Amino acid sequence: MIVGSQKPIDEIWNMVKDKDKKKVLVFGCNTCVAICHAGGEKEAETIASLLRMKASQEGKQMEVSHMGVMRHCEPEYFDNVIEDVKKYDMVVSTACGVGVNFLSDRTGTVPVVPGINTSFYGAVEAPGVFKELCAGCGDCILHLTGGICPIARCAKTLMNGPCGGTNKGKCEVSNEIDCAWYLIVERMTKLGQLDKLGTVLPPRNWATSRDGGPRRISLEHIREFEEKEEAKAGK
Amino acid sequence: MKSGSTLEKVLASGKPAVTAELGPPMSADPHEVVHKAKLLKGFCDAANITDCQTAVVRISSIAAAAIAFQNGLEPVMQMTCRDRNRIAMQADLLGAAALGLKNCLCLAGDHQKFSAAGKLKGHPGAKNVYDLDTCQLVGMLKKMRDESKQEGGDPLEVAPKFFIGASWTPMGDPIDFRPINLMKKVNAGADFIQTQGIYDMSLFRKQMEKIRNMGLHEKTAILAGIIVPKSAMMLKYMDSSVAGVSVPKEMIDRMNKAKSAAGEDKKKMRELQEQEGIKITIELIHQALETPGVKGVHIQAIEWESAIEGIVKAAGLYPRPEV
Repeated sequence: MIVGSQKPIDEIWNMVKDKDKKKVLVFGCNTCVAICHAGGEKEAETIASLLRMKASQEGKQMEVSHMGVMRHCEPEYFDNVIEDVKKYDMVVSTACGVGVNFLSDRTGTVPVVPGINTSFYGAVEAPGVFKELCAGCGDCILHLTGGICPIARCAKTLMNGPCGGTNKGKCEVSNEIDCAWYLIVERMTKLGQLDKLGTVLPPRNWATSRDGGPRRISLEHIREFEEKEEAKAGK
Repeated sequence: MKSGSTLEKVLASGKPAVTAELGPPMSADPHEVVHKAKLLKGFCDAANITDCQTAVVRISSIAAAAIAFQNGLEPVMQMTCRDRNRIAMQADLLGAAALGLKNCLCLAGDHQKFSAAGKLKGHPGAKNVYDLDTCQLVGMLKKMRDESKQEGGDPLEVAPKFFIGASWTPMGDPIDFRPINLMKKVNAGADFIQTQGIYDMSLFRKQMEKIRNMGLHEKTAILAGIIVPKSAMMLKYMDSSVAGVSVPKEMIDRMNKAKSAAGEDKKKMRELQEQEGIKITIELIHQALETPGVKGVHIQAIEWESAIEGIVKAAGLYPRPEV
């Protein structure tokens, strides 16, 4: 899932306090960012009430409401509410960056600002603890590294083994961070596949990562089906 | 000869090689490089010119290496993977070769957060690159040199002829993987290896035994790293905080003894510890060179280049061979 964390309320307030903005919507997303307690409808409600307090403290006339939908990244989830959303002067989206972009493309002249910092793709390590595990680099090598990603989990994205900075299993960046390569070696040893790590992996093609520009995947069979359905419906 | 560098020739002669280290200054002043080059010239076969070590901005390795070279010291330019992508790396390698540099040590590089250690502000918020890692950088250099090709495949009319080096942390975590780590660098094309500083010689020898069993000592020239200890405090710090370095307790005790012999005299305390550090260094050099499979020593006197002359002479490694 996508993990994020709430922006400080003062930072959000600075985005919305413009005198022209009389009606503000804090718009939550109830999937990933709700799980990490950053931007679900519940958190949107809290932010909305904090913004109302700020407005009253600073003597500004502002109506702040909140709302939430299941997902900000698929149009069908906000098709029903998008016309209501457009009635506001500004939307604070507490979805991840994907949601902010996606919504922003659909709100016409209404600005959408981010209420959270989108941090990483991660998992729930323990209640309240979220950990980055994937970098979405577009060329997965987890079969070669025992299911532990060196691109996401090594501070230097090293492909061929640990650097000299591994200290008692921890990364040189911080003793709070596990050395990904220490874990990879441990895991591959356990799997009886340590020999696999002896092969030198060549320079990678980062064009599959964000270095190739924004990425897009188009599934032809789905597109064809959809186009046929649309033709049938006479759209 | 792959490069014709002095380091390569000394190693080919079968005599133990000596490399040292020169850290460029945090300023545009070339004189410090010239001064340090003069201190080292004649007492090593080549000196590593660090590439913004601990991620601190300094005169670039290539520029400082060129200055050292003009002043009669053979440099080993260093290149980390931290700051450049493969385009910048290759451009710099071609430039370095065009300036006459012949040795290149490939490194991952310290993480940028180290730049803000101590009193420095540094650049801990810098973006690191790591387009390539060390093995891949070694492989790229070899491809450029031996196949006259850029990494992407375009031809090089004149290939850069580098003697290719890599570092190795023999006692780093996870210790059983470290020989495989070395094997990968050697297979990628490392002609020589400089190790992390070694104080625990018996542990190093155990790792070297594995290396000999793998035959790696025949495929690359391993130079044992010796970091000249200056004080008991430094040894304790190296032991507790520097990755892949363990210092035997007896060595720390020995340094403490030298320190306490000075009584309350601070200046004497420093002098006695430095003297003891030099003694320890000489012993380590001898032990390293007696270790089968070791072809030389890489002596690092960090910000203490003036110590090298005495150490090399006392270790019986002077004069350096004429090759």
